[in-house]
Amino acid sequence: MAVANPLAVSVEQLDFQYPGNDEALLSNLSLGIEKGDSFGLFGPNGAGKTTLMNLMTGVLRANSGEVKILGHLMGATSKKVNRLFGFVPQDFSFYDELSPVENLEFYGAWAGLDGKRIKKRTAELLNILGLEDVKNRHVGKFSGGMKRRINLAIGVIHNPSVLFLDEPTVGVDVQTRHAIISYLKELNENGTTLIYTSHQLSEAETLCRNIALIDSGKIVAEGTLDELNKKYKKKSLEELFLSLTGKDFRD
Amino acid sequence: MYKLLITIKKDVKILLRDKTGIALMFVMPIILVMVVTSIQNSTFQLMNKSKLPVLVCNKDTGDDSRQLMAAINRVGLLKVSALPKDQPLDKMDKVMKEKDAELAIVIPANFSARVSLKAQNAANKALKSFGLQGDSTKNNVLSNEPPFTLYFSPVLQEQLRFSVRGGLRSALQLVESRETLRKLYYAINEKQLPPALENEMLNNQSDIGMISVSKNGGRQVPNTSQHNVPAWTIFAMFFIIMSLAASVVREKISGSYIRLKTLPTNYFVGLLSKQITYLGVTLFQAAVIFSMGIYLFPHIGLPGLNLPSDLLALIITTVITGWCAVSYAICVGVFSDTQIQASGFGAVSIVILAVIGGLMVPTFAMEGYMKTVSNISPLHWSLEAYYDLFLLGGKLRDVFANLIPLFIITLVLQALTFIGLKRRNLI
Repeated sequence: MAVANPLAVSVEQLDFQYPGNDEALLSNLSLGIEKGDSFGLFGPNGAGKTTLMNLMTGVLRANSGEVKILGHLMGATSKKVNRLFGFVPQDFSFYDELSPVENLEFYGAWAGLDGKRIKKRTAELLNILGLEDVKNRHVGKFSGGMKRRINLAIGVIHNPSVLFLDEPTVGVDVQTRHAIISYLKELNENGTTLIYTSHQLSEAETLCRNIALIDSGKIVAEGTLDELNKKYKKKSLEELFLSLTGKDFRD
Repeated sequence: MYKLLITIKKDVKILLRDKTGIALMFVMPIILVMVVTSIQNSTFQLMNKSKLPVLVCNKDTGDDSRQLMAAINRVGLLKVSALPKDQPLDKMDKVMKEKDAELAIVIPANFSARVSLKAQNAANKALKSFGLQGDSTKNNVLSNEPPFTLYFSPVLQEQLRFSVRGGLRSALQLVESRETLRKLYYAINEKQLPPALENEMLNNQSDIGMISVSKNGGRQVPNTSQHNVPAWTIFAMFFIIMSLAASVVREKISGSYIRLKTLPTNYFVGLLSKQITYLGVTLFQAAVIFSMGIYLFPHIGLPGLNLPSDLLALIITTVITGWCAVSYAICVGVFSDTQIQASGFGAVSIVILAVIGGLMVPTFAMEGYMKTVSNISPLHWSLEAYYDLFLLGGKLRDVFANLIPLFIITLVLQALTFIGLKRRNLI
């Protein structure tokens, strides 16, 4: 199944339609993300970003087409491919009744770590993300920023090679955003491939090496920010975004 | 194994931190068992020891109505209080309310005359059948009106009402038989029936021998605790649906499930953990409720619970019942879209399954088709198994016939859960 020097993520001719909907949300969509890249996926609301993210991580199953992570086919009978990536969903994905330590212990075990490694990674992550002081408090009582940090910590507990992030900084203050972005940059510098969606375009300019703009289920532009700005004669990602996706409301 | 242990640890912690869930799973069933057993026990006391107050308005002046009142007193079920003869019938409801009586009897003014006529007719027929000539001049036609009327409060349970009616019929029968016997004796011997002979013939009623038939040959008569504690323990075990089904839905619709899907662990580990955790809860529920029946009930005036002699059979029955309850709750959780759906459907369905399963009305008292319907209720099979053990002194071999259907229902629920998870793309 594995191939030599594979892409971090390869999406081939993906079709997806939600049950009960008349039209396909994604149609014949293909995308390649190289290892070690920091890849931004942008588009207006309802463009299909979260759906694509869910398809790439196996939360949803495509009607046709395939997704490969580091050359391993997603959705195969074995869940071994799931060891290779981490996912930080837009929604808070943890148990409110548990503390950060308890959440990390549970998700670490499900990610395939043993007790010793879970303890080590938990201590590291709580320190890096500034959650040590609240490590034994129930997460349900946390502020939005603290919840975002624990959401991120769970996604990286098993040191994944590829990390999917669906709006990881939505609703947080400047300090938390700065801490999260700094940590993601550090991960990327250490070789983790990042695939990232956000409405914070300035954040994307700081973090992403390559970007793709998605609209109505299709990739409408793909490349580095400089390449795209030159091609479409724009000065910023926001200008580029508006020129390619229009100014009409989408939801 | 490590994943499973950590998942069980997680489920136990979440469960212990859900105070409302714990109250629903433990406090409510304990209260339920105590209340139901107390009420059933007080009904039992009423039927066997206490007496129901009854007001009697005797408008008749004859001897037969006095005999009737004496006979009603001897029934043993009723405590008679006399009302004045001129008590207006249209105000019976008012006087019953004032005197806090659920029952009242009005004996009409022609009661003795009517009994006498009926007895004369019966005596004439008897004499004729003996080949003797009866007193044909007294062969009168009786009216269809009832000999006396029983007024009752609608709150009086039907079962109790029928018991009272049975007792009153027996008293009336005694009065009518005495009068018939007297008439017959007088017609043949032309003298009064000697009181000693009359007493010998009418009042020397033989008692009925009663033996409790059990599978272990014991003759112990089961008390209300033996009936109620096992029944309501089953109900409590199935009532974990309120917590478990909601927990499955909560996990399914929350972000945590999305993350679980992306991790290299099958969701079956999560479901297995829930089954083990909540099976533990059901076993603990049973242990708490049984212990309460054994140790607490005798101190609060209720009959103590006696555990069956075959404890292994009791444990196996409880484990399969608990597993079935957990399987049902998870199945409902998988097919529900919201917590309200899961709890609402769960609670109502358990009450329905309890009713058709014989927890509230015994299945032997049900109509034919309802007996067939009761077979689909897992609570029915569980109850039958418990009754075999607690009431009939049965052993493991005796409850197999009930445990096999219960086990099959459990497997069906597990299969439905698997289908539900597949169809909803959850595994």
